[in-house]
Amino acid sequence: MVGNVNVEAEMKEQKKRRRLKVAHPERCIGCLGCMFACSRTRTGTVSLQNSAIKVQTQGGIEGDFRVVACRGCDDAPCARACPVGALEQRPDGAVVFHKDLCTGCGSCEKACLVGAITMGKDAKPIKCIHCGACVAFCPHDVLRLEEVSA
Amino acid sequence: MLRKVLYIDLSSRESWIEERQDLFEDWMGGTGVGIKLLQEECPAGTDPLSPQAPIILSIGPLNGFFPVATKTVATFKSPLTGELGESYAGGRLSLALRFAGHEAVVIRGRAERPAYISINDADVNVKDATSIWGIDAQTTGVILREHETGVGRRSIIRIGPAGEKLVRFAGVVVDTYRHFGRLGLGAVFGSKMLKALVVSGTEHADVPDARRYREVYSRLYSTIVKTDVMEKYHDIGTSVNINVLNWLKGLPTKNFILSSFSEGEKISGEMFADNYLFRRLSCAGCPIGCVHIAALKSAFSTHHEFELRKVSYDYEPIYSLGSNLGVSTAEGILRLIDVCERMGMDVMSAGVVLSWATEAMERGLITTKETMDIPFQWNNVEGYSRALESIVKPPNEFYSALAMGVDYAAKKYGGREFAMALGKNEVSGYHTGPASIVGQLVGVRHSHLDNAGYSIDQKAAKRSMDPEMMVDEIIKEDNSRGVFNSLVGCLFARGVYTEENIIDALGAVGITKTKDDLQSLGRRIFEEKYKFKIQEGFDLSHAHIPKRFYETVSTLGIVAPETIEEMLRQYKKKRGWGPG
Repeated sequence: MVGNVNVEAEMKEQKKRRRLKVAHPERCIGCLGCMFACSRTRTGTVSLQNSAIKVQTQGGIEGDFRVVACRGCDDAPCARACPVGALEQRPDGAVVFHKDLCTGCGSCEKACLVGAITMGKDAKPIKCIHCGACVAFCPHDVLRLEEVSA
Repeated sequence: MLRKVLYIDLSSRESWIEERQDLFEDWMGGTGVGIKLLQEECPAGTDPLSPQAPIILSIGPLNGFFPVATKTVATFKSPLTGELGESYAGGRLSLALRFAGHEAVVIRGRAERPAYISINDADVNVKDATSIWGIDAQTTGVILREHETGVGRRSIIRIGPAGEKLVRFAGVVVDTYRHFGRLGLGAVFGSKMLKALVVSGTEHADVPDARRYREVYSRLYSTIVKTDVMEKYHDIGTSVNINVLNWLKGLPTKNFILSSFSEGEKISGEMFADNYLFRRLSCAGCPIGCVHIAALKSAFSTHHEFELRKVSYDYEPIYSLGSNLGVSTAEGILRLIDVCERMGMDVMSAGVVLSWATEAMERGLITTKETMDIPFQWNNVEGYSRALESIVKPPNEFYSALAMGVDYAAKKYGGREFAMALGKNEVSGYHTGPASIVGQLVGVRHSHLDNAGYSIDQKAAKRSMDPEMMVDEIIKEDNSRGVFNSLVGCLFARGVYTEENIIDALGAVGITKTKDDLQSLGRRIFEEKYKFKIQEGFDLSHAHIPKRFYETVSTLGIVAPETIEEMLRQYKKKRGWGPG
């Protein structure tokens, strides 16, 4: 019922560009395992705020969950919106973040209608790197990691 | 990690934070810290519904850090039993407290008028709740969501009318489908004019060694999702036990007159899952998703107009509002659960109070004069539904007595021999044998979850155990659960959190403990709780056991009073309380 939890080894082997997909949001049980996995793997902290993926409630847990995650756009508006080139879209489509260039203006956050980018307490964007850590800790097949054809 | 206690005084509307490093080092967290704070805050003889009586919420060192460590414990003086009040709830509360930075919250005093408390990190406000006083628990949640921040990471806990009217078994609804159900915390909220508590936080928590933390996390997570340790909880859920206990003659039926229900198949977990279950939910930080939600669709006119209610169910409510009341339809049970949810009262106590009243009416101890024309009859869902609402009002002396709990009502009207309470707490859904009876009687909060006597009985059904072996098991569980409840983990995951795994998990958050440390902690917590119980008048030697337990065949056959006496003698001897 769950994928490979040995995420760090997975990440090293990774070659082709991969993209996170919210495949079955209606299967979400609201455990927030993906959010903890994200902050644990990327930042080594226990946090909801530091997670790039968000599970939101709509009308409490009586309502449906909304899973907010980066779609890995081919023509990424967040990168286009960045005035200083801190978010850069590579030829293979991956958007990389250069923290040293970021001024914390928040333009990327505004550019993403999905709401996949939030600004952290350090005023830098919290951005999904499509590593798949969340996928490994989703017990209900909500998330999937897909290979992107060039 | 700073380990802090947040104090809130509703009378003065003041709040302050104290660092209590020693308290947490000595008593771990959760129930260990809870009982110590209760001893500090609640002098002998305090009226549980007075401003002086405290409400203590506490979490432990693993909450938020590890999967399935999802519970918060509430510690208080019970207005139902007059002694130790202790209740556990899941949902999102423990996580919200973790990220708000408070491992324990102590609430004292009484608000001048209806109020709710809003906690955002270190910012604490007591706000006016006059306009929502009297509103049901579910709608209260809907309204407060509009006024408070922290969507998706907050917890809203609130009472319904039962708590406001001081029904002694009123509960507190936690994030809609979870509860501090047992022992009357809702009435303590009500006595303080406290309608709700909203907690949200934005902090994060660090670990000493991220790599080690990830390693331990992944290992525990794999155990939880990949092995069958918790299988029972994520398929059919706890209600899978309806059929099992029915076959085993351990399912209390019609106020324990019977221990199997001829119509049990119609209210089985399988029946609910196949026909009513529409989604499962998790407490934050748990991959299991044991919260089973049924869709109850009922027509309110002949023109295809429907009401749709989403009702959570489990084994205990199906017993208490189902077999124990002779209710033979899943719809009927869901309707009664829904009434309890809206009123904000404990389903187990509510069911046992109604089952006693039904038998009392059959025996002529009460009549329709007392019940105001409601016929208390097995399977009368409509009547039971009206009776539950009357308990909350209450319109006369009889319903006022029911609102005090079954032991009180039976002392007033008779029939104490079939008023199914132990330690004044209405019993859970097991007539499995002597260990269930003794376990609930000696348990610190008179709950089946204190030491799982029902499980010991079921083991004994497979290989014979003498009374002494049963007592040894009860004591072992009493103590080890004290440790696990200090962490504060979900008891469904107790099989995953072995002593070795607890030590590893604690190590990963920077707390070093040995097996001896843990075992000694378990014993000390138990002793401190008993100190409080005895101080408030609990006397095991004179505790009442309803005769009904000896009359109805159990999973292990007819239970002889002598067996119970022998087990209690052994228990006291092994606890060092008597010569034996």
